[in-house]
Amino acid sequence: MSEETLALLTWLIPAGPLLAFFVIVLFTNRSRTLSWMLAWLGVFSALILGWTVALNVATTDLHHLETHPTVVASAIDWLPVGDYFQGTWLKMGVAVDPLTAVMLIMVTFAVTMIFVYSVGYHNWGAPLGKVLGVPNHLQEEPLLSRFFAYMSLFAGAMLLLVVADNLLLLFVGWEIMGFCSYSLIGFWHARDYHLESENIPHISPRAAAVKAFLTTRVADVVMLLGIVWFYRVFGTLNFAEAFSAHSLEEAVVKVGGVGLGVMALLLFTGTVGKSAQWPLHVWLPDAMEGPTPVSAVIHAAAMVSAGVYMIVRIYPLIAVGSGPEGSNAVSWIIAGIGAFTALMAATIAVAQYDVKGVLAYSTISQLGFMVAALGAGGYVAAAFHLITHGFFKALLFLASGSVIHGMEHGAHEVHDHHTDPQDMRFMGGLRHKMPVTFWTFLIGGMALSGLPLITAGFWSKDEIFAEAWHLFEKGDPLGIFVLVMLGLAAFLTAFYTMRQISLTFLGKPRTPLAENAHESNRFMTVPLVLLSIFAVGAGWFGIPESFPVLGPIVNNNFFHHFVGATIYETMAELEHLHLVDAAIETLPFSWVPLITSLVVALGGLFVGWWVYGRKPLAQNQQDPLVRPLGPIHVFLNHKWYWDELYQVVFIRPTVYFSEKIVYEVVDKGLIDGILHFVALAFYGFGRYMKQAEEFIFGRSVDWVKDQFLAMTKISRQLQTGKIQEYVLVSVLIIAVLTAVILAVNYYGPVTEWFSQIALFVN
Amino acid sequence: MDFMQNNLLTLTIFFPLLAAAVIFLLPSDAKRTIRWLALILSLIPLAMVLMMWFSYDRVDAGIQFETAASWFPTIGAGFHVGIDGISLAMFLLTAILTPLSILASFQIEDNPRMFMFLFLVMESAMLGLFSAMDLLLFFVFWEFGLVPMYFLIKIWGGKDRDYASFKFFVYTMAGSLGLLLSIQIIGLSMGTFDIPVLMDKWVNLQAGGVLPNVNLPVDAVKAVAYWAFVIAFAIKVPIFPFHTWLPDAHTQAPTAGSMILAGVLLKLGAYGFLRLVVPFFPAQANMTAGILATFGMLSIVMGGYAAFGQWDFKRLVAYSSVNHMGFVVLGIAVYAYAYGRAQAFTDPAMATDAIMATSGAVLQMFNHGLSAAGMFFMVGVIYERAHTRDLKEFGGIWSIMPVFGAILIFTSMASLGLPGLNGFVGEFMIVRGSWNVFTVQVALSMLGLFMTGAYILKGIGETLHGPIKDQWRGLKDMTFREHAVIWPLMALMLSLGIWPQWLLVFINDTVTKIFN
Repeated sequence: MSEETLALLTWLIPAGPLLAFFVIVLFTNRSRTLSWMLAWLGVFSALILGWTVALNVATTDLHHLETHPTVVASAIDWLPVGDYFQGTWLKMGVAVDPLTAVMLIMVTFAVTMIFVYSVGYHNWGAPLGKVLGVPNHLQEEPLLSRFFAYMSLFAGAMLLLVVADNLLLLFVGWEIMGFCSYSLIGFWHARDYHLESENIPHISPRAAAVKAFLTTRVADVVMLLGIVWFYRVFGTLNFAEAFSAHSLEEAVVKVGGVGLGVMALLLFTGTVGKSAQWPLHVWLPDAMEGPTPVSAVIHAAAMVSAGVYMIVRIYPLIAVGSGPEGSNAVSWIIAGIGAFTALMAATIAVAQYDVKGVLAYSTISQLGFMVAALGAGGYVAAAFHLITHGFFKALLFLASGSVIHGMEHGAHEVHDHHTDPQDMRFMGGLRHKMPVTFWTFLIGGMALSGLPLITAGFWSKDEIFAEAWHLFEKGDPLGIFVLVMLGLAAFLTAFYTMRQISLTFLGKPRTPLAENAHESNRFMTVPLVLLSIFAVGAGWFGIPESFPVLGPIVNNNFFHHFVGATIYETMAELEHLHLVDAAIETLPFSWVPLITSLVVALGGLFVGWWVYGRKPLAQNQQDPLVRPLGPIHVFLNHKWYWDELYQVVFIRPTVYFSEKIVYEVVDKGLIDGILHFVALAFYGFGRYMKQAEEFIFGRSVDWVKDQFLAMTKISRQLQTGKIQEYVLVSVLIIAVLTAVILAVNYYGPVTEWFSQIALFVN
Repeated sequence: MDFMQNNLLTLTIFFPLLAAAVIFLLPSDAKRTIRWLALILSLIPLAMVLMMWFSYDRVDAGIQFETAASWFPTIGAGFHVGIDGISLAMFLLTAILTPLSILASFQIEDNPRMFMFLFLVMESAMLGLFSAMDLLLFFVFWEFGLVPMYFLIKIWGGKDRDYASFKFFVYTMAGSLGLLLSIQIIGLSMGTFDIPVLMDKWVNLQAGGVLPNVNLPVDAVKAVAYWAFVIAFAIKVPIFPFHTWLPDAHTQAPTAGSMILAGVLLKLGAYGFLRLVVPFFPAQANMTAGILATFGMLSIVMGGYAAFGQWDFKRLVAYSSVNHMGFVVLGIAVYAYAYGRAQAFTDPAMATDAIMATSGAVLQMFNHGLSAAGMFFMVGVIYERAHTRDLKEFGGIWSIMPVFGAILIFTSMASLGLPGLNGFVGEFMIVRGSWNVFTVQVALSMLGLFMTGAYILKGIGETLHGPIKDQWRGLKDMTFREHAVIWPLMALMLSLGIWPQWLLVFINDTVTKIFN
């Protein structure tokens, strides 16, 4: 296809879902059926267009890509910034390079599957639910139109972010997604847990929504600073323009490598919020309060991926900032946060009982893998894991939603509304009740654990380990730090995944809910099956050439070369200029990372099976880890107490500061206090003057005053009588000031006084 | 027709006054006629502004549609009006918000004739101020705009209207005394009040010299007059710590009063900075730009926190104005910094900073006018039904009034500065323009930008979300008239978010001209 056609198609990718949003909101909101069909139309058009564009890019000659990575580029004048007629504009546009192409493949597909699934999840066609803003189990969601409107906007925003050719348009999509996630997490805004059951320790969806929005906003306002600084230094926000070797070289001259490093960290803060990295990870687990398709779209396919996508996108900046001219601290901070998050979240996931809660922490942990990989210089590895994770985590979320759906079915049949259908302790034995869900969940779980050779997760994690080891071999201790931390995290990942599968699907049903669970409908199971194909197959595109046996057979490592081409030339030139430590390189094979990934994956799975799968949990039996771990388990179960800490350190002080200090003390007390004091002083002075006046002028003035008062009575309907007082005040002020001016005018020396003031105020 | 062409601006300014007179002649009990006539008459200035909009010459980008007539020749004051791109934006804002506010106050039963009369008088004053090219004229319109708003609050206000209107009136009045004196000294010494003439004469006075006619040292008078100007406009904007009249005035004002107060009247202060303070006192402004930026930052931060601390919905929205206008002040600070600096004209990077910050400030004025008016209107809609503004009492309204809920969220998001809606564009431009000049202030103001999110979500959450409360069952969703008020605003918000250039090119051209 010609470049113009591709450019047009690229513009149209986000247009479909966005248009669906507007049409649903404005016209079809009363028809739930029509609304979801429109939403489908939007995402399917995005899927077709996205894949068309992406496959066109993917079939471009690799050598051509390495020198001209931006295959599609089209921009329009958006914001005039200076001389209009000379054409100084901030341009908005779309661009597709290999990185965008792989994102388009993953995002459009995962999102489409989620849209398909949602129709079944919300029981379309079942009797209509009666209560607005709460889950209506087994009944059709009455706000289905609203749901699909938000989902369409969400998908449109994500696609806008992916095809954006500049940081500002990326930020636009980024923020709109933030708004959509807020709205969708709080979709069941009327839900209150304390009304339903006392012993479920969830926060309400609406509180979770606010928490998600504000936690990410902390990061976003910092990111905004990064964007404006970026714009100022590079003079453009366009990725391709800014990330040429020449432009980066100039930027180093302007603000120094360290300056670029700080800029990269400001932007990276946005990722910390959006991709739920420590210390801003707290919103993500609570965001599970949204409907499950929302969890899938936020936590797998779209929003959290956007955070990582952004730092992958700005990788040249990070590389220069932490390169020879910059500071190694930049890569340590990024990789350190990623690695710490990966491990911390993995430990928490071990001790969770909520089936979605485990996945939530697993998401945080896996995002930590990507961030750490990027910090360690693994540009392609981070992107690769981003893509494979998108597939298998979307699958896992949807499958867990199917599990919950099945459990709710059971709860409905036995009329038990007090048992939490999401708690894995109440499940068990679902393998036979929900076979499709079981097998697809198993595939997703194996991919997450990194089951060797077959699953996508293995190949992408292996590449991360290889990058870390390679970095260490070059003499950077960061490499071994990342390898050890991520190795431990990967071990725990396999462990808790096996635990989750065992608790949920193996053994015998532990409650009547699980006993009566049903397989979900076709709307839900078909997407699961389709996604599981990618959860396995997506990894085969990235098998290293040097991998024993398999490498020579497949022999192309398509993903590495394709995505690497995005910045291949730039990085090579930058290396030549001694601005970065390493170009995009094909790693030599090493046994250390391979053995690491084999050991942690198989070891974790085995230990998980040993503890949970070998003898499945019996009814009312405690989690076997509770006793041996003791207080540690409590600590992990309470998520390291981050929420409690933030409540004390940030949230309560902010509320107190706003309500008591700023409003009551400063505004009401101090500022208004001064104003009232001044007013009182004038009143007092006025009263004194009035008395003096009466004493001096006596009745003659009284007569004037009486006349004046009589006059004002006429206009009483407009006034309540105080107007005289402030007329008096005004007259007094004028009198005093006039006197000062006159004095100044006539007595020369007083002007000295003015000069003094002038000096003082200046 | 020629007469109209030649005097379009003057006609636009005084048409509302004429309309007010017509309204005043109607019998006071013909309420229906009064309302509809006021609405229709207020649409005519909008049409006239649009005529000017489409015939404005953007290549020139300077003062256009000028009319100069002698008025008080003995003291050198003339009737001199004209508009450039900045004024044009403010004209459009005023002409759009006035009819919408009038439409929003159709339900007022208590003396609507007086109400509409005052509204139209106020429109004249605002239009006059935005086009005044003469200092004395400027001041007359400035004071002229104050009085109708005082009565609007005083008569149609809430429980504490006496305190609020008094505070509003006296505070602004006290601020403008210094302005009046300074204007008089300038006029007396220079022998003219004409702004373009003064831009040359007054600005280029020999430093260290003595003012003619009044025999005062130039530097001292300039220093004192500068601060008098600054304080007068700072109270109006309002800049922290001169802002405490605003929440009181807003909370007590009728809905339409708040819409105009936040939508247009606050812009008078910012406009004063742009049109008078900086061009008249470039040296002083340049030296004190950092202080101005700091107070802008304080407005953003303290306004944000104070808004978050409110439980009265209207007061929350009122404080949001302090928060948002802080960004305008920040942008103006960059304007002040760059205006008197030769570097701004030679260094293209700095010129871009200055242009973006200044255009951003004007755009933010326009955007805040839309979103604040929208927010106050939405608060008015719910207040009329629930007779409370207490956020603690609300909850679950979304399930009862779904359309209201959706529109409130839309308007709130515009106010929050969600990209894709209008608020973001202005804020981005201001932050971009000021980053290099006032890095510390901009970085700190991000705290306020964060709090914007916090208080907006508080407003939405406490009102709309939650289970249905029994006392709100049966509240009616928005009426057709209410839709007619809010939809034009929403359309503008969206259009400026997606395609800001339709407005920005006018502002940008004029600002670029200033910095070339």
